[in-house]
Amino acid sequence: MLDIEIDGKQVQVPPGSTIMDAARAVGAYIPHFCYHKKLSIAANCRMCLVQVEKAPKPLPACATPVTNGMKVFTHSELAVAAQKGVMEFLLINHPLDCPICDQGGECQLQDLAVGYGGTASRFREAKHVVMHKDVGPLISMREMSRCIHCTRCVRFGQEIAGVMELGMANRNVHSEIQTFVGRSVDSELSGNMIDLCPVGALTSKPFRYLARSWELSRRKSVSPHDSLGTNLTVQVKNDRVLRVLPRENEEINECWISDKDRFSYEALNSEERLQKPMIRVDGALREVEWNVALDYLAHALKDIARDHGAESIAALASPHSTAEELYLMRKIVRGMGSGNVDFRPRRRDFSSDGKRAGTPWLGMRIAEIGELDAAVVVGSFLRKDHPLFAQRLRQVAKKGGKISVISVSGDDSLIDLSAQITVAPRNLAGALAGVVKAAAALRGAAVPAGLEAVEPCEQAKAIAGSLAEGGKKAIFLGNVAEQVEQAGQLHALGAELARLTGASLGFIGEAANSVGGYVADALPTDGLDARQMFVQARRAYLLMGVEAEFDCANPQEAVAALRQADLVVMMTPFRSAAAMEYADVLLPLAAFAETSGTYISAEGRVQSVNGVCRPRGDARPGWKVLRVLGNVLALPGFEYASSEEVRDEFIPAGASFVENLDNGIALPLAPVAPAPAGGLERIADVPIYFADALARRAPALRRTRDAAEPVAYLHPATFERLALDAEARVRVRQGQGEAVLAARADAKVPPDCVRVAAAHAATAALGEMFGSINVERA
Amino acid sequence: MLTKESIQKIDREIAKYPAGRKQSAVMAALAIAQEELGWLPSEAIEFVANYLDMPPIAAYEVASFYNMYDLKPVGRHKLTVCTNLPCMLSGGVDAAEYLKKKLGIGFNETTPDGRFTLKEGECMGACGDAPVMLVSNRRMCGGMRPDEIDKLLEELE
Amino acid sequence: MAILGALNPILTVGWDGGAAWRLQDYVKRGGYKALGRIFEERISPDQLIGEIKKSGLRGRGGAGFPTGLKWSFMPKDFKDGKYIVCNTDEGEPGTFKDRDILRGNPHAVIEGMVIAAYAVGAARGYNYIHGEIWDIYKRFEEALDEARAAGFVGKNILGSGFDFELFAHHGYGAYICGEESALLESIEGKKGQPRFKPPFPASVGLYGKPTTINNTETFAAVPFVLNMGAEAYLEAGKPNNAGTKLFSVSGHVNRPGNYEIPLGTPFPVLLEMAGGMRGGRKLKACIPGGSSAPVLPAEVIMACTMDYDAIGKAGSMLGSGAVIVMDETTCMVKALERLSYFYHEESCGQCTPCREGTGWLYAIVHRIEHGAGRPEDLDLLRGITANIMGRTVCALGDAASMPVQGFLKHFRDEFEYHIENGKCLVPPEVQRAGSTFFKATV
Repeated sequence: MLDIEIDGKQVQVPPGSTIMDAARAVGAYIPHFCYHKKLSIAANCRMCLVQVEKAPKPLPACATPVTNGMKVFTHSELAVAAQKGVMEFLLINHPLDCPICDQGGECQLQDLAVGYGGTASRFREAKHVVMHKDVGPLISMREMSRCIHCTRCVRFGQEIAGVMELGMANRNVHSEIQTFVGRSVDSELSGNMIDLCPVGALTSKPFRYLARSWELSRRKSVSPHDSLGTNLTVQVKNDRVLRVLPRENEEINECWISDKDRFSYEALNSEERLQKPMIRVDGALREVEWNVALDYLAHALKDIARDHGAESIAALASPHSTAEELYLMRKIVRGMGSGNVDFRPRRRDFSSDGKRAGTPWLGMRIAEIGELDAAVVVGSFLRKDHPLFAQRLRQVAKKGGKISVISVSGDDSLIDLSAQITVAPRNLAGALAGVVKAAAALRGAAVPAGLEAVEPCEQAKAIAGSLAEGGKKAIFLGNVAEQVEQAGQLHALGAELARLTGASLGFIGEAANSVGGYVADALPTDGLDARQMFVQARRAYLLMGVEAEFDCANPQEAVAALRQADLVVMMTPFRSAAAMEYADVLLPLAAFAETSGTYISAEGRVQSVNGVCRPRGDARPGWKVLRVLGNVLALPGFEYASSEEVRDEFIPAGASFVENLDNGIALPLAPVAPAPAGGLERIADVPIYFADALARRAPALRRTRDAAEPVAYLHPATFERLALDAEARVRVRQGQGEAVLAARADAKVPPDCVRVAAAHAATAALGEMFGSINVERA
Repeated sequence: MLTKESIQKIDREIAKYPAGRKQSAVMAALAIAQEELGWLPSEAIEFVANYLDMPPIAAYEVASFYNMYDLKPVGRHKLTVCTNLPCMLSGGVDAAEYLKKKLGIGFNETTPDGRFTLKEGECMGACGDAPVMLVSNRRMCGGMRPDEIDKLLEELE
Repeated sequence: MAILGALNPILTVGWDGGAAWRLQDYVKRGGYKALGRIFEERISPDQLIGEIKKSGLRGRGGAGFPTGLKWSFMPKDFKDGKYIVCNTDEGEPGTFKDRDILRGNPHAVIEGMVIAAYAVGAARGYNYIHGEIWDIYKRFEEALDEARAAGFVGKNILGSGFDFELFAHHGYGAYICGEESALLESIEGKKGQPRFKPPFPASVGLYGKPTTINNTETFAAVPFVLNMGAEAYLEAGKPNNAGTKLFSVSGHVNRPGNYEIPLGTPFPVLLEMAGGMRGGRKLKACIPGGSSAPVLPAEVIMACTMDYDAIGKAGSMLGSGAVIVMDETTCMVKALERLSYFYHEESCGQCTPCREGTGWLYAIVHRIEHGAGRPEDLDLLRGITANIMGRTVCALGDAASMPVQGFLKHFRDEFEYHIENGKCLVPPEVQRAGSTFFKATV
């Protein structure tokens, strides 16, 4: 440890610390702009110049390493003169348009100018002007004259997002932050650059001019999207959410959030919000009061149960629901005597149900990811499915950790990978089996039963090798690994690989309550799972937050089952054309930020949030709706006064993490791929901004490149075989459904596969996400 | 985008640097591309970036930072006249004025026939030969008094 | 060829107007003998560094840092590849010596670099040559081919078991790349933005590896130092100012060019070698060490000897040895305006005081030169330079400020005249005559 004295305060810091680190340790504030604890040191703004004993010149605190016995003066005459000098330079070409600047009131430059700026300017020359830039729907770069060239945005792209989209072109005072020839900024983490920008150069396009920062109330929340449990600050004015910002939590999201977390709130104010309950009367949906709707619903359910048996009722909930909603949904359906409950609509294979040792989870704490020496991610569109999880792995790779990916598409994860295997979905288990067998060989262990016929490829051996070495290692199963037909096998193979290598096994988890649904036991009990409830069509369906045409593993099958049902109940914040067609009862639910509830993240962390604004129209929090429905149905145990009371019934009060997290599984290994059923194999990604009901209705996100109309990506050989060209469109068909899409050759697609996105209106008529599919020239 | 010869030249440059350090060849590759195309359209910058596995904006940063790259089309001959102090003391500014008058263009302009583009240059490290000018980045000419300038212009088609 | 004269030369002995640059010519002049002797006599790297230290050789790029000491900073036990880099990014206005060294004797630089590589244990090297001297860059590549073919560069040099690969890298128009860490960034394929130091290149240099960077003239001197012996080299100059140095003389002299003279030679002698003042005009001022060195008035420079100590004592810097001579036809405001424009233009734009400050300095000097000066401008200029100096990432901030301070210190009256009268003390026709653009001599 090194001794250092800062403004008379003694502190010890580890070798390698900078003066800035030491100052933070003693709580001394040193003004700065370019310095950011998560980014590399640039030392370019020079605002943090401080006096160091025996140094002839002031030194930048952010970049100057502490030496033993160093004495630092952050506010001495010399230091302040230097800081004021820098402030003068920063302001000479700055527009000083604070009154019309969106950053006003939360601007680092504005704040520090109060302390370090002069009352009048000595600069009497013409100010330098920088032209505005259009970089897409999320970030506004309209007032680039405000830029102070700290390059935080550039470094964020290079270091955190993993893609350099912004750069500082030119030199001298003509230096400008820009994209390459006016292109858009497309990173799924791009919004963080807005937070990083210390001035009003990069601002939020959707938020611009809607409010001043001091008019907003700041309320804590948690992201309802992916499984990370990202902490948010939701900013509200006049009962409307106007902005979402990261709430720093080093153990979870650090200081970042994904663009999906940041900009989805726009959907809360969508025209498509369902504002009143509706019931179908004489074939037409009509708005009714809540009591009418719930009475009607209770009677209809009771009639069906009486006439056809309770097992003719099925319930399917979105894993983005709160844990309380999932729990009450299950409780109602079970209370009526049906075991047909599930919360995993995109799952196809349920062979692990009843074979699991506990609640499937990440297998480690999120914060531990950074300590990994090696990891393999199996079956994932990693960067788009889990932007911040990918970010953590990116940092691991940067520090020399070995990250590998086995998946169904060779998408660029923007991670420096040590090995990569790309196979058709049906061969995913086989590829992982290769790694398992190679690992067994490396360990000198017997070939695991069931893997006798497996031949590991070179990449499989490399992956096994990376996991066989010492250190902390992990196997992560992604969304695709849970969605394909051999999901149970992938689970079992992962467990075997973990056993052989000492790595931990984990599920990244698709949604905010992918773990919570298991904890709430929103699972079939002697009943039908999310697939069988549509294969064996039911009389009545309760759908909570699920839009079957977008959210199910086989939308065609699901929608057909809904169409034939006597009663389809949708509890949802949104109306949609499809719902208007097949729903008989629509109950408007409070959306994210409007309801209290709990999310249990991939690492098993319990995070309960409050509603931060009133629900739109007559919408009501899901837990309240279900509680009253339970009352109307005269079911016992529905006397809750708060969502906390609901929660405490299935999560021990005060628990930070749930118990019984265990990825053990008792399933024999049989990774043999079923023979192809003819045609090509479909690979269905869930595009990042269509993954859930909220994101798919956020206007700004809908204008990003990631939200572009789906394209059929074919392996180049297939593309050639079909004699397609750049202009070509193809007709893709699964069962009765088809879609006509633009076609593109893509070497990242495995042979005999076609990648056609799910969760989009253009492909909603299609069937299995990973089933066989016919492709022909349109 | 570029001819085989240019690609070969770029490959030769890449070979100068350690494995995994292809980006080091970006300055040379951009110069080679400019030599072939006369200037650097953004397509060429992107081509070079892709060829060297670097982000296009990183290549653009380089192309826009070093002043011998031309990001806009120039005439067949680019005349860069040094007007820095040592050259100025020996006629660098006068030479530039002479050229402006003679060609009828100012700095950063191209003659209507597309023959000449005139640029103001910074020190080229040849102050002893002042006034100095650089023809199309390759040929350094010293002692450029009126007669010499006239001769040079005649020679350059 | 602009090596126009020498006094007790060491480096330029036997150069033949730039024609005798090939390997055979260099070998005839005793080239690669020093390298051969190192391997024959199994001189250890430590002995070599000791010899260079003893010779008193100082960096010829401008800072004058002791070369042997710099080499000794390289970590000895580092095994993962060290680098030697030569800085031929000669862009400091007034400086043109390195071009002539590479034109007249490229092999001396190659030999010097190979010796340095052996001394510090580097396996790879680059010579960064600024893009404006394309023919010189090409010549150096040719010389490298010769050296490789002859076994002076490459694997197992002269059968010694020592490997060293050497390449040329060209710049493309950025003065700042003469700053050593900007130069390294540039070799890495980035903008030439200087790095914050520490760490210094000897610990974190090219591609993050330990790197020694020296100026062309420094490397070129190394074989000669070893051939003549450290003591003889030391004695060729004067104490603390060992050896000879190339001086680039430009501006209002009759024979602008490079002159090799022992350090400590009186300025009037150098001026005389350069043919004296053009047209017999009166010396007004001289910038003795490249454009960033403070200007000295005639009476001060005439009393100086050309060495680090004397020029330093006179309030300026020897720098790279670029001597810009100005006669009485010179408008000092215009001269400073041009220099200020240069530093503004060449600022990399990275750090605030330099990016903003150099532009501000230029804007003010430009106004003064164009008759729009204000009485408070001169104090403002001083104030701005005080806010730039010592507060930037690299030395360009200081380099831009020192000329302003120097010009104001010695020629304040000219600036005041401009401000008061909106025009120059030196009539335009007199100024024009000084350049001799329309007549070779006046």
